[in-house]
Amino acid sequence: MFSLFESIGRYTLLMKKVFSRPEKMRIYRERIMYEVEALGLNSIGLTAIISVFIGAAITLQMSISLESPFIPQYLIGYATRETMTLEFSSTVVALILAGKVGSNIASEIGTMRITEQIDALEIMGVNSASYLILPKIVATVFFFPFLTIFSMLIGIAGGYVIAVVTGIMIPADYIEGLQYCFVMWEVIYSLIKIAVFAFIITSISAYCGYYAKGNSLEVGKASTRAVVLSSIVIMIFNLILTQLLLT
Amino acid sequence: MIKAQNVIKSFGDRTVLKDISVEFATGQTNLIIGRSGSGKTVLLKSLVGLHNIDSGAIYYDDVCFSELDFKARKAIRKDVGMIFQGGALLDASTVAQNVKLPLDLFTTQSEEEKMERVNFCLNRVNLDNAHHLYPSELSGGMIKRAAIARAIVMNPRYLFCDEPNSGLDPQTSIVIDNLIHDITKEYNITTIINTHDMNSVMEIGEKIVFIYEGNKWWEGSKDDILHADNRELEDFVFASAMAKRAKLAVK
Repeated sequence: MFSLFESIGRYTLLMKKVFSRPEKMRIYRERIMYEVEALGLNSIGLTAIISVFIGAAITLQMSISLESPFIPQYLIGYATRETMTLEFSSTVVALILAGKVGSNIASEIGTMRITEQIDALEIMGVNSASYLILPKIVATVFFFPFLTIFSMLIGIAGGYVIAVVTGIMIPADYIEGLQYCFVMWEVIYSLIKIAVFAFIITSISAYCGYYAKGNSLEVGKASTRAVVLSSIVIMIFNLILTQLLLT
Repeated sequence: MIKAQNVIKSFGDRTVLKDISVEFATGQTNLIIGRSGSGKTVLLKSLVGLHNIDSGAIYYDDVCFSELDFKARKAIRKDVGMIFQGGALLDASTVAQNVKLPLDLFTTQSEEEKMERVNFCLNRVNLDNAHHLYPSELSGGMIKRAAIARAIVMNPRYLFCDEPNSGLDPQTSIVIDNLIHDITKEYNITTIINTHDMNSVMEIGEKIVFIYEGNKWWEGSKDDILHADNRELEDFVFASAMAKRAKLAVK
């Protein structure tokens, strides 16, 4: 229990250091653009592949589960949209990105720690925490919501394609279902969630890497710890945010 | 001048530095020598502020560095250059970007002025054609030379080197030693080098401090070291059979 409080304390102090005034805004802007590419744009492919298949799978499953003359077919499109919007494109995509981006951040910063690159920055007088971590946080918090919107669209498109290809339902019914009872707040709720999850993934992974010690084995452990911790905290915050924003 | 006064540093129950007092003069290559695990890296990292000392004081000229807060230390750090054992170049940046980073962050120079300074420093360490190379594309000696270029780009008054020759062949080691020595003289820098390479000691050691089990055991010049009446130092200096035979031959 003591170790948990110690970790929370160290994490808070690190975040205080991260959000202190940057040395030179121009350099940070350049680094943010670099991180948008490294952490955001490079995740588009993975997000697209997973979203299209999940969207298609949800549509298939719904068509099997809702196969009844008493249930209108457009509900399949409606269920696909709701699943993608409310949970998959924010929470599940965040869990996937925790694996990809989180382990990347933890291993990058952990390697910099054990090869004394962070010490070198400190010696130069650079606030290493802010220089290394702040651009990653800003990049992911601003870019991940776009990934979520992209995931929603491509997942829904995946459902449409499978409906057309397999002929399980009339495409017009699917489209009708997508438009049925559409609440904009659900999309906003999803975007708020992914922004919070982006902060969780980046800051926790950076924390695990920043305090890595020893050798390459420890960097590997820090990377695993980053993914596990981020995933657990994401699940907890998913509940909290749903309770706060949706009920 | 850099001065350590009664410096004590512990990690848990283990006291690594035991009341060390030593002074390093300006314009000299000062060497800290000692066996692996003797505490010389901890001393160097304490001097540079990467470790906070338990008690005692560290002075940079007349300023008590160990009592300064983070902000005040930051001002002094702009006068500090450090060469790490593995070079510690940023992997994601090219050699030129690594050398230019301190200029980008702490000066208001134009891009042309910065590149002029970068070119000058890379030329000084004979790395004229390595601007666009990444650290993974460099040899061990080139990494050390790029690290030296980065360390001197801000015209430091204090230069710290943590085992600058480790992993290098004897010829490249001499090149690196001479480079550090020449830069020290050229810019009148207070240079402190942490090493266990006896070639470095005999080549460039103007002041040598021998650390043994966390204590300052001996200090003197490279001329004194051969005649020092100190068993632990003798064991360290003449550890190899060849060195022992050479000493006997001199006697």
